[in-house]
Amino acid sequence: MDLVWDGVREAFRILGTGDRDVWEITLRSLLVSGSATIFSLIIGISIGASLAFRRFPGRNLAVTLVNTGMGLPPVVVGLVVALLLWRSGPLGPLGLIYTPAAMVIAQTLIAAPLVTGFTVAALGSLPAGLRPQLYALGASRLQMLWLVLQEARLPLLAAVMAGFGAAVSEVGASLMVGGNLAGETRVLTTAVVLSAQKGEFAPAIALSIILLLLIFLVNLVLTTVQQRERQS
Amino acid sequence: MNTKLSLRNVVVRGGKYEILNVPHLDVQEGEVLAVLGPNGAGKSTLVHVLALLERPAEGEVLFEGEPVKGRELALRRTMASVFQEPLLLDRTVGANVSLGLSLRGVPRGERRERVQRWLARFGIAGLAERSANHLSGGEAQRVSLARAFVLEPSVILLDEPFSALDQPTRETLLDELASVLAETGITAVFVTHERDEAARLAHRVAVLADGEVRQIGETVEVFSSPADETVAAYVGVETVASGRVIEAEDGLVVLSVGDAHVEAIAHGFTASEALVCLRPEDVVLALEDADVQDSARNRLHGVVSAIKPAGAEVRLVVDCGFPVVARITRRSMEELGLAVGTPVTASFKATAVHLIPRGG
Repeated sequence: MDLVWDGVREAFRILGTGDRDVWEITLRSLLVSGSATIFSLIIGISIGASLAFRRFPGRNLAVTLVNTGMGLPPVVVGLVVALLLWRSGPLGPLGLIYTPAAMVIAQTLIAAPLVTGFTVAALGSLPAGLRPQLYALGASRLQMLWLVLQEARLPLLAAVMAGFGAAVSEVGASLMVGGNLAGETRVLTTAVVLSAQKGEFAPAIALSIILLLLIFLVNLVLTTVQQRERQS
Repeated sequence: MNTKLSLRNVVVRGGKYEILNVPHLDVQEGEVLAVLGPNGAGKSTLVHVLALLERPAEGEVLFEGEPVKGRELALRRTMASVFQEPLLLDRTVGANVSLGLSLRGVPRGERRERVQRWLARFGIAGLAERSANHLSGGEAQRVSLARAFVLEPSVILLDEPFSALDQPTRETLLDELASVLAETGITAVFVTHERDEAARLAHRVAVLADGEVRQIGETVEVFSSPADETVAAYVGVETVASGRVIEAEDGLVVLSVGDAHVEAIAHGFTASEALVCLRPEDVVLALEDADVQDSARNRLHGVVSAIKPAGAEVRLVVDCGFPVVARITRRSMEELGLAVGTPVTASFKATAVHLIPRGG
């Protein structure tokens, strides 16, 4: 038990003193996963809206693929992105492997199916007559899309939470395409793995606490917005 | 009169089946055309095609005589629709009514003025700041009406707007809609499965069944002479005639119908004109000179002008200055020796007369 208690005590000491490395890693996690969330929202909402509103052959298959993608193993995504970005790979000349950009790409691919799936569900829960009603009121196609997204804003917040949660907590892909380079591509999850492997449990615990706090804070903000809207 | 909206050889399919097949339909400028028909007749599809929300598989839609193709968005912005479900957005009542104006880029100041005016017109000015999620069915449908009329459209399409409302609310809203339509003179297509609603509002009625327009014409004409059995079954074979109110006191209304006078019981009746409706089973026929003892207030003299078999019974039309339809057994007809040209007396109680007010 000493191991645990010492670890926790040391962790709070690190958090209390504001270790520079720790804050840098935290900030990088936030930036990388935040960017990935934004990209996944752009991709996921576009695809989600098409799947929710258009009727085309193979639509059911497409929705099934999206649902499968919601459980995509990060390691597999990491492997695919690593192969593409590898120096001798098809996108090698871009020189992105072992950069934060590579991690953003991988995390976007992990979060996008989740955002897509939540978008399909959110838009699917709107009344079927709403779109014709908006067109009848004189909406263009873009105006209609903008209005239905606003109308589904509460369930869409769930998509943001799920997307950010998946991006910030995955470790496999970030390790493979980022390489966990100190000062460059080290983020909270990869740093936890490294510390634990070395037997340095105190920093691992400290970083884990920060990771949990980060996810908690983001969800707290979004949930507060959601609840306040719902009550108004 | 100019035509506002027309359908030419329009066919809409759902899978293998034809949902709508309308070779020819014109909506005249300034008229209220009621589309009457049972559920599943294709009424909503017709509204969607007219509102340019659904493109037919075949045929074309004309707006003021010109094909709409390629101009759908611009033309949709000259129209407005009210559906059975109000489908309000999760915003305030004011923001909902303002929505169509925002989509058209109407400046904020003008928007506010028009929204205020139309909220007041439908008696919901006090709800402007209320969330649209907290409204009764009647209030929500008032918002939906205000949201459509605030656009000051050249055509308004109403798809069973009151069918989800309770009877008293429906009556009130029907009266308000009638007066707004009369006031604005907006061309309107009013879809309903309620015969009385059609009779209350429409200049002309189109009866739709199985995706086809079975009959279209003046309201009185469609109701008094149905074109076929389907229409007859739907509008009800009965006497329908226009009447002018001469006197209305203590619930007793006296109307002049054709050359005759008809007395009816209708409390709180204030309109100056009405459709006089009478079910054939409520009409008692007797030979002109027969000594009839009954309590009927209406006793009209006329001649049999038509006899049509209807199963075990016959349907007789008696010309009493306006056509009165009666239904009697073949046996009674033979016993009375009725034939075309026989003078008869048609009697019916004042309580049997159903009055539908007309005009704003």
